[in-house]
Amino acid sequence: MLFRRHSNPGFRFVILLVLSGCLMFYDQKKQQSEHLHSALSAVVAPLQYAISMPFELLAWAQDSFSTHQQLLQENADLKAKLLLQQAQIQKILELEKENRQLRALLKSSSYLGSNVKVAQILAVDVDPYMAQAVIDKGKKYGVFEGQPVIDADGVMGQVIQVGPLTSRVMLITDTRSAVPVQDERTGIRAIAIGTGPQRPLALINVPETADIKVGDRLLTSGLDLRYPVGYPLGIVKSVNFHSGQLFATIAIQPAANLNQSRQVLLMWLPAQAVYSEAKQDLEKMAKEKQETDKNPLPPMSE
Amino acid sequence: MSRHHYNTPYGLIFISLFVALLLEVLPMPVWSQWFRPDWVALVVLYWVLTLPERISVGVAWIIGLVLDGLNGTLLGEHALALTVIAFLMSKWHRQVKNFPVWQSALVIGILITIYKVLIWAIQGLIGQPPNSYAYLFSILTSMLLWPWVQAVLTVRQTRVPLRTP
Repeated sequence: MLFRRHSNPGFRFVILLVLSGCLMFYDQKKQQSEHLHSALSAVVAPLQYAISMPFELLAWAQDSFSTHQQLLQENADLKAKLLLQQAQIQKILELEKENRQLRALLKSSSYLGSNVKVAQILAVDVDPYMAQAVIDKGKKYGVFEGQPVIDADGVMGQVIQVGPLTSRVMLITDTRSAVPVQDERTGIRAIAIGTGPQRPLALINVPETADIKVGDRLLTSGLDLRYPVGYPLGIVKSVNFHSGQLFATIAIQPAANLNQSRQVLLMWLPAQAVYSEAKQDLEKMAKEKQETDKNPLPPMSE
Repeated sequence: MSRHHYNTPYGLIFISLFVALLLEVLPMPVWSQWFRPDWVALVVLYWVLTLPERISVGVAWIIGLVLDGLNGTLLGEHALALTVIAFLMSKWHRQVKNFPVWQSALVIGILITIYKVLIWAIQGLIGQPPNSYAYLFSILTSMLLWPWVQAVLTVRQTRVPLRTP
């Protein structure tokens, strides 16, 4: 073994360089490299499960060694919480019914319920400059690219890669992520982009005159036909105006527990309903704009 | 040169690379994530230095591709960077083998810097460069860990006396 002919790696080196170059170029054209990513994710899935398992075991051990007293306490707490939330749901059901009736009056399609499944985030890290997570559900469960992922408190991100056993989720803090949102208080629409993991999101292209204040809740507007309508994205943390700049600098604290959540929800939206809803919104916006264009100075209301 | 060589089983090479890949994705506290050493690069460089005729650019490329899969980066990105430093190490291995440990750690530092800068450049080209200079911290931690990686992997190999041909 030691006295094998020492081959010069120079030739192979050049070949491999060209090969990686081609691979990267090919991968840039996302649509075609789908199967490559899928195959590679099947290769690394055992690694990811192997590293994630001890952490899940630890959590399981913690659960199974908790005392009877603790369990009773937790049970009582959960029962109280359930009661409270059931009371709230009663109200929501009533509101939903009312909403449906109103929509029927307006002749607009009603927003159908969506299908939701629970997924587990695997305990694996990725490069610290990328806000991503790996979940334990893949193609088998019907996960698809662009699928919205939420947790109990808000929107987490969307699926960007689907493998046979695992999928990769891009969190809303990723620099590639953009979520169309709407201010809950004033209804102003804007786009929230990620600025990197552990950093607040930024609201872009918001003019100085827009009515957005610190503490406003931002909800998804669903105009991207990807995220569900009306889920909390975050709370406005700071609003700064710089003289000489066209737009305000707005930082948003994400509502979802991006670092702590272990369990997340995968959503299957009735895409058609979302689409038609967004289309109606856009049409309404266009109509409003036409009207304001017609009479640039609307008469003062009494 | 000493009158013995190390008889390295393929199992050890495989296991060390596997463990390095695991360490690369091992969950760590948020504050320490920038300090994570580049385990895979360290182990690949070790094997290229120790067994340049067995472990070279080919293995580096394949391991780099797996790393791309783990990190969800552009396919071929880590593969390219690892291949480049493996190639440089295979060119320099005769000299580096005779260096004292602090000097070889310095060489490792230079190679890891090349590796990180290459990845930074590629990420920049596709418009997602690392958003912090803390990205370069791991060069230091990798250099500090190099003597230990070397020691652990060397001890695990069985010494056999060198037969003269």
